[in-house]
Amino acid sequence: MEMTKYRDNGQFCSGHVACAGCAEALSMRVILNAVGEDTVGVVAPSCTAVILGGHPMSSAKIPVLHGTLESAAASASGVKRALKAQGRDDTTVLCLAGDGGTYDIGLQALSSAAERNEDILYVCFDNEGYMNTGGQKSSSTPHMATTGSTPLGKATHKKNLIEILAAHRIPYIATASPSHLSDLAAKVEKAKSIRGTKVIIVLIPCLPGWGVADNAAVKTARLAVEAGAFPLLEIEDGVHYSLTVAEKTRPIDAYLAEQKRYRRLSDEDRAALQSEVDDAWSRLLARAGKDLNA
Amino acid sequence: MNAPLFTEDLKLLNGNHAVAWGVCLAEPDVAPVYPITPQTPILEKLIDFESRGACQIELLTPESEHSAMAAAIAASATGARVFTATSSQGLLLMHELLHYASGARTPIVLFNVNRTPAAPWGFWPDQIDSLSQRDTGWVQLYSESPQESLDSVIQAFRIAEAVNLPVMVNHDAFYVSHSVEPVSIPDAGMVRDFLPRIPREIQLGDGTGRSLGAPIDQAAWNLTRREMDAAMKRVENVSEQAGSEWERLTGRPSAPLEFYRCEDAEIVYVTMGSMSGTVREVVDLLRESGVPAGLLKVRLFRPLPVQALRHALAGTSCAIVLDRNYSPGTGGVLHQELKAGLFGMENPPRVHGMLAGVGGVNVPVGSIAKLAADCRNAEQTAEPVWVE
Ligand SMILES: Cc1ncc(C[n+]2csc(CCOP(=O)(O)OP(=O)(O)O)c2C)c(N)n1
Ligand code: SF4
Ligand SMILES: [Mg+2]
Repeated sequence: MEMTKYRDNGQFCSGHVACAGCAEALSMRVILNAVGEDTVGVVAPSCTAVILGGHPMSSAKIPVLHGTLESAAASASGVKRALKAQGRDDTTVLCLAGDGGTYDIGLQALSSAAERNEDILYVCFDNEGYMNTGGQKSSSTPHMATTGSTPLGKATHKKNLIEILAAHRIPYIATASPSHLSDLAAKVEKAKSIRGTKVIIVLIPCLPGWGVADNAAVKTARLAVEAGAFPLLEIEDGVHYSLTVAEKTRPIDAYLAEQKRYRRLSDEDRAALQSEVDDAWSRLLARAGKDLNA
Repeated sequence: MNAPLFTEDLKLLNGNHAVAWGVCLAEPDVAPVYPITPQTPILEKLIDFESRGACQIELLTPESEHSAMAAAIAASATGARVFTATSSQGLLLMHELLHYASGARTPIVLFNVNRTPAAPWGFWPDQIDSLSQRDTGWVQLYSESPQESLDSVIQAFRIAEAVNLPVMVNHDAFYVSHSVEPVSIPDAGMVRDFLPRIPREIQLGDGTGRSLGAPIDQAAWNLTRREMDAAMKRVENVSEQAGSEWERLTGRPSAPLEFYRCEDAEIVYVTMGSMSGTVREVVDLLRESGVPAGLLKVRLFRPLPVQALRHALAGTSCAIVLDRNYSPGTGGVLHQELKAGLFGMENPPRVHGMLAGVGGVNVPVGSIAKLAADCRNAEQTAEPVWVE
């Protein structure tokens, strides 16, 4: 097992109210420490907003605007322009939103900010559902997963937001996982050094939402990466793809077995999901490979 | 009359371009804007000014009015002076965020061009778009002419920043937005002095690490509304002061309420916006034929200057409210507000509610003049009357 000594700058405080064992709090700690104190945050209603805390408490050292669900990227743009007008263009603007606030209701504002290439760092905590409202599906919920609004399993696929973002040709897109914290920190630091719109999507296995054991969030995230169900990658300028974990080292079964939301699956269902993962993985390899040959 | 049309500070402008001139002089730091007829000329003129270096504004052109208002709020919360403009559908799309803006105490100035909302589609002057936003915590001003729109948008920044509430200035589609008149452009230095930069008490990124808008308990939420109530109560005074200072500087009266021949008036027409021009003509005609009529023009609609209105209407027996808006199930919004404002007054005037010009239909001088005879000795009715 990989052991890392972590230097904490104290940007994320204890006493937050995430579910015990939630990997989002862990990821937030790494992200906030990596962006540093010269940062203004914007958060959309989500678990993240809850974790950041109710007034007058805050678990983040940075100031955060608790905006509306569909406007995270627009609000972040407004903060950035105001800072620019005041000669503080170097301050990082960090936008934090869930998958509902990103893939669904906030996609329009995000697409527009990306099209304008606003200088913001947008982090999506992707727990593949609306957890704040009790666990309904979002367009990020994967095929066959059960949620409060897909009790028989979701009939359609997870929206491929990465491809949508890549089509905007923004300078930097990445995926990250709480199982690979140094990789997450490196990606945040890299994004911070780039001007323009940067988006990092972090996979967050949700304990109640996915039916994962209290001590299994990080393990589940690691299984997702190793099975290739959630590939870790970077895309620069919308065209240069690279995989930061280049191998798919196990079948999807162990990943599915950790989660109650896949409890109903038959052997055929599992096989179907495996071939979906395999197909997506080869498409990704082709993209990354094409870029290598370019 | 030989008014000089093209002296240095007098320009022939339509209402929207007059607004853009006023905004440019107010020097906002950030302006997120989205086009909609008949507001678009404000946006275009502002972008034209900025691109020619006539003013320095961070202009954002997002994908919707919703995002424009979200960006406006965030920029204002970060300490910037912020302007945006919209109309009708755009204002209604912003609705969720209009509440947010006042709750967050962001002194944004928004210019709204009053236009009919769909369905059915129409592009006509009607004030229901902004009047239906009267509970969102925005101060609302209504303007009658391009000159008044320029003056009001500048005063709006002064009012907003004095009380930390957002201010919406409104003028009627086409009748004001696209009608052209000679407009006096105030001196830039004078406007700068009129609008000093006031450091914001709470500001994102001010080094304190304070967050904004985070969830709070019932009592604390309740307190935010009490504080807004206190701020709203200061608005009349603050706009009175801003108006009288503006009058001293420019010679143009800009009080929350404007009176025309109201001395000894037995009949007072009460209205807002472009309708006032027609009513002024009506008042002159009526006075010529010996009918003691006057006009009370409401510039400041929210908060309604209730005491001043009661005082002004004390000796009047008949008030005729002309509403260019219709709230289904009640009637004209100004009519409702005025009746509530006069409630409990000793010897109040009879208040007649007239739906005049809903949907932008023309209301001729003759129709308005006739109302004086119809209402002078008639009982008031609870039901609104549709004016032909
Ligand atoms: C306009 C609007 N509609 C609905 C809501 C209710 N709401 C709050 S959070 C949320 C779901 C958020 O899901 P996601 O973005 O995935 O964040 P998570 O809770 O999963 O962290 C919803 C629907 C809202 N705040 N605003
Ligand atoms: S509901 Fe899920 S994502 Fe939200 S805090 Fe709990 S475990 Fe974390
Ligand atoms: Mg979610």
